[in-house]
Amino acid sequence: MLKTTRCTILLLSAALGGMAHAGTPAVADTPQNALHALDRLGYGPRPGELAQVQSQGVDAWIEQQLHPESIAMPVELQQRLAQLPSLRLSAAELFRRYGPPARRAAGDDEAARKQVNQAAARVTEEAMQARLLRAIYSPAQLQEVMTDFWFNHFNVFRGKGLEGRIWLGAYERDAIRPYALGRFRDLLGATAKHPAMLYYLDNWQSTAPRTDLFGEVKGGLNENYAREVMELHTLGVDGGYTQKDVTELARILTGWTYLPRLWLQDGDTPFAFEPKRHDAGDKLFLGHHIGDDGQTEGEYALDLLAQSPATAHHIAYELAQYFVADQPPPALVERMAVRFQQTGGDIREMLRTLFHSPEFWAAADQGNKFKTPYRYVVSALRASGTEVRNFRPLLSALEQLGQPLYGCQTPDGYKNTEATWLNPDAMVYRLNFATALGSGRLPLLRDEASLPPLEAPTPMAAAMTPAAMQPAAQPDAPQDRPPPPDPETLRATLGNTLSPSTSAALEQAPPPLRAALLLGSPEFMRH
Amino acid sequence: MDRRRLLHQLATAGLALPFARGGWAFAAPELKQKRLIVVMLRGAVDGLSVVVPYSDADYYQLRSSIAIARPGEDSGALDLDGRFGLHPALAPLLPLWQARRLAFVHATGSPDPTRSHFDAQDYMESGTPGVKSTGDGWMNRLLGGLPREQGELEAVSFGPVLPRIFAGPEEVANVPLGRAAGKPTAMDRPAIGEAFDRMYAGDDALSQAYREGRASRQRIVADLSDPVSPEAMQADNGAPPPQGFALDTSQLATLMQRNPRLRLAFMQLGGWDTHVNQGNAQGQLAKRLEPLAQGLAQLATQLGPELDHTVIVVMSEFGRTAHENGNKGTDHGHGNVMWVLGGKTAGGKVYGDWRGLGGDGLHEGRDLPVTTDFRSVLARVCGQHLGLSDKRLAQVFPKAPGTGAANVNRLLSA
Repeated sequence: MLKTTRCTILLLSAALGGMAHAGTPAVADTPQNALHALDRLGYGPRPGELAQVQSQGVDAWIEQQLHPESIAMPVELQQRLAQLPSLRLSAAELFRRYGPPARRAAGDDEAARKQVNQAAARVTEEAMQARLLRAIYSPAQLQEVMTDFWFNHFNVFRGKGLEGRIWLGAYERDAIRPYALGRFRDLLGATAKHPAMLYYLDNWQSTAPRTDLFGEVKGGLNENYAREVMELHTLGVDGGYTQKDVTELARILTGWTYLPRLWLQDGDTPFAFEPKRHDAGDKLFLGHHIGDDGQTEGEYALDLLAQSPATAHHIAYELAQYFVADQPPPALVERMAVRFQQTGGDIREMLRTLFHSPEFWAAADQGNKFKTPYRYVVSALRASGTEVRNFRPLLSALEQLGQPLYGCQTPDGYKNTEATWLNPDAMVYRLNFATALGSGRLPLLRDEASLPPLEAPTPMAAAMTPAAMQPAAQPDAPQDRPPPPDPETLRATLGNTLSPSTSAALEQAPPPLRAALLLGSPEFMRH
Repeated sequence: MDRRRLLHQLATAGLALPFARGGWAFAAPELKQKRLIVVMLRGAVDGLSVVVPYSDADYYQLRSSIAIARPGEDSGALDLDGRFGLHPALAPLLPLWQARRLAFVHATGSPDPTRSHFDAQDYMESGTPGVKSTGDGWMNRLLGGLPREQGELEAVSFGPVLPRIFAGPEEVANVPLGRAAGKPTAMDRPAIGEAFDRMYAGDDALSQAYREGRASRQRIVADLSDPVSPEAMQADNGAPPPQGFALDTSQLATLMQRNPRLRLAFMQLGGWDTHVNQGNAQGQLAKRLEPLAQGLAQLATQLGPELDHTVIVVMSEFGRTAHENGNKGTDHGHGNVMWVLGGKTAGGKVYGDWRGLGGDGLHEGRDLPVTTDFRSVLARVCGQHLGLSDKRLAQVFPKAPGTGAANVNRLLSA
């Protein structure tokens, strides 16, 4: 991880069994390059992975990561995921079982209401567990990284209402994961139509204003989604749209909704276009005349947004910032934007351009991104090889570090820059976490059944305080805590690339502290 | 030398007090240093529900279901001055208004027309509307510009992430939210702390952040973990300890009383983006205003006489549409209201240039116009309250402090 030791030797392609990207130099299978690939395409190495990527070949590993469907899921991971039943329920079923109908049934009975809240909190927690399980244990690491990337890009928030709490997992499963390496337009359409997004940015309620029998105006536009889809999801804030375009797009998207009344009759269709709510008048959107054409108007508007060069540039910039540097190299952004347009927004092809660019392998930018709290926690669990059965200590750490999982209230999602996350108290907290994990003090093996149910976070609590996970009723027992990671193994897992000052500090420390110091080292703060 | 002066000198010299502090009324150093606390409401609070223009008939026309009723009506606004009323959920602040400690400046905001939360917040924090390339925040520049005859000054931000407003070269501590702020951590055990000290001894960004974090955390834990005096306990009168925002403002008051070098503080609350079912006297917005009012009232009470030297500003990136939208909510608008409390605020008055909500009065036919630049309010506070020179002020708000209503000149008495 020390920059100077991470020299990158680029050889001309030809030799490496055709695994290299056509026409681009192959990446040398050095430990440094293997580590860089693991650190950027994934959440860093688990024990033994460095050697494995090296022997597989860095290029071959990257190519495999670009095709997650080709990577077998470990049986144990599948079994763990199978123990989270709410992950298999449709958005409609989640709504029926845990949403407003359940709350209505509870009426004013306080105990029943509490049960509804706890059941919803359980659904949220299962989504969080699944996310962390996959991030830590899935070998399809790029799929996990891109899921995190796109979730933040198309963010929804766990603290907005009951629906917001129960649909997180379904949203990620239905709208994000299938398209994480696919076509941008599919991702845009899937998020636009998912109940979680329709709910979070209010479009499900936006309607053409109409006058009722008594002459009263009913309903009306809600601009929330129309604005954010341009500002955050596609064109970018300087993408050249006006307030008039926001209003026109809101009109175009009237009627894009979901219909709980169909769900109550066992329907399962997550999205509905409701002609009665649609504004049938002519619109002028981004210079295009759009006549009355029902749902097709919105599809056409999303096409326009997905095809805009501003969108290509916006997505290219975000990807390059996420994978290369906080200030991404402009030439790389430009090439990726071109690739986006050449391929009709093919994310896999953009990433291929990215991973085979000299900028991605530039020595100066290797090991130079400051980890987000999420990446820090996930990478620490991966490196330590620790088994996790109780995720609450990790969820709590994410809260305390300011990045609660699914807890970004605003639609811009979490940033991934050093300016956002590096601050004095963050360092103190990270080192406390490193100390707890490195000395085997986190109750990660605690039996789930012994944990109290979570209370639902109120929007206010989520907004104001780190709604810290409630402590367990009984204190941890020794068997709840996994043994501390062996410092020598940990050091080898991370590639033995420590700076002289880190090495010296490590040698001086008593052995029981060394794993903590490795997980808290400056090298491990970055990736 | 009396005990109070001794304490003051020890504290300003940065020496740890060698004895337990008694009641704060005796032990608190005599402070003449001026302080500023900024509370930012992220997500654009609906200013027309905070300071309600109840005498404006258009207000009720534009908001058939979410208007706050007139004073005297059911769940009506609390009358402020015969023209404007306060949201009933802000009742805990009414005594401060009546005591002329609290003022509002209506129709304020940024000259930049953006309706993007993120750009607008960025401009409000950089202090340079329309200029995206500004790297630092105005409170960091302000910290750098404050006179330092008495040694180093300190600033704190509440929450795990340092906000844009404090970005820049000056060191700013961040305090964890809630009770965690006052608790020692594993790092406070000598063997662990020393081992990490050796690892983070360099001049790199991580080492610097590490050392700042260790030092500020130790100070904050020491200040917050002092036993509360019997007098203060009695003053609580058996009331439950504060929660949420009020806990944080309470801890801020404690930190300010115990650390005279602490001059600037920043706090933030989210959840104001009320596009749907905003509510009126009750409902979503009211539920958010309640803890805000409680927290500010707690802060003012606990600061006690120190409030004379402390100005608290509450601001939000822009206002919301004058008319309600199709979902009993409001969309992104323009002008808003700023709140100014404490110090020598000439309170009990709604300042600003109010042009009404009728026809031509609205910005782009939909929003409260901005008739006072938010920087002209902040510049008043920085100049008249903090005593910043014009030259320094021009560094804090480089593109002119902005124009505004003439009456804002009288917002703070000299």
